Amino acid sequence: MAMTVIWTGMTALSLVCALALGNQGLLAPAALEGAAKAIELGISMAGVLCLWMGVMEVMQRAGLAEKLARLLHPVLRRLFPDFSGDRGVMDTIAANVSANLLGLGNAATPLGLEAARRMSRRTPGVAGDSLCMLVVCNTASIQLIPTTVAAVRMAAGCQTPFDILPAVWITSLLSVLTGITVAKLCSKFWKD
Amino acid sequence: MGTALDLLVPGIIAGVSCYGMAKKVDVYDALLQGAAKGLEILWRILPALVTLLTVVAMLRASGALELAAQALGPVLGFLGIPPETVGLMLVRPISGSAALGVGSELITTYGPDSTIGRTAAVMLGSTETTFYTIAVYFGAAGIKKTRYAVPAALCADLAGFFFAALTVGLLMG
Repeated sequence: MAMTVIWTGMTALSLVCALALGNQGLLAPAALEGAAKAIELGISMAGVLCLWMGVMEVMQRAGLAEKLARLLHPVLRRLFPDFSGDRGVMDTIAANVSANLLGLGNAATPLGLEAARRMSRRTPGVAGDSLCMLVVCNTASIQLIPTTVAAVRMAAGCQTPFDILPAVWITSLLSVLTGITVAKLCSKFWKD
Repeated sequence: MGTALDLLVPGIIAGVSCYGMAKKVDVYDALLQGAAKGLEILWRILPALVTLLTVVAMLRASGALELAAQALGPVLGFLGIPPETVGLMLVRPISGSAALGVGSELITTYGPDSTIGRTAAVMLGSTETTFYTIAVYFGAAGIKKTRYAVPAALCADLAGFFFAALTVGLLMG
């Protein structure tokens, strides 16, 4: 529904704005060109997207996600102190985070939901501190290789679509750390 | 730095293949299956790309985007964020495919190696569809009282937008 409001609002706004600024003649060609450009973009990003999804599939089958999950255990125990003794929950969270890191969104979500369901059993209907932390970790992207974005840049004529990686890593890290810090502060001071 | 990045892509492809083979994975079969999944993803996002690129092209032609950028320029300029990315920041937490559509329009219009194009790419790559994720997680766990999850998640998004502009300026300026 949200997208219905956004779409309708944007089309209406562009019509009103074009009339007010005398740009009404430019609207129709822009709309048709935009639609055509979307398919061009889709086709030119297909190759990179397919290649990287293939590499990700190899990573997954080779058990790289499990390896990463083991490395993450010490950090995660500190982020989720309420569940640090619960082997099942901690393993599920570790698998969820490592799938996110490898960009395996389809594998990450069911794992994250399983962890969320188990956490909610202790406090039915209320999001406890650890569940809030899990949600924050999943709403902040922590993907190591942003495949789709690289494919878009490639399609737009970029020679080095992966040169944004250092910036993406630093930004993701700082964004996740901000979320974690705010969540930890809130867990101390939040009054229900 | 330059050589390391040159080697990153071929290094990952060859390294992952070697590692997979050592682990007795049918690497080639996995590559093909992954590529097929890539096509599925593309198939899923194409409709949204068409609608979003259409409406953003209309907004741009109407002059509305320029007005919005002018109005928000001082505030965002103070934070070092290119005002042209305001649309991307608004849809990013709501819809992943919409954000990809708006972001790709910025990347193609201003060029993938422009400051705006790079900032848009880093923003897309380092943030998530916050509201959608929250809805899915709390829905699955049957949560009514979400407490501080939404504000904390939005803080992470805002920090992501700010640091996207900052890192692009510092690392790639």
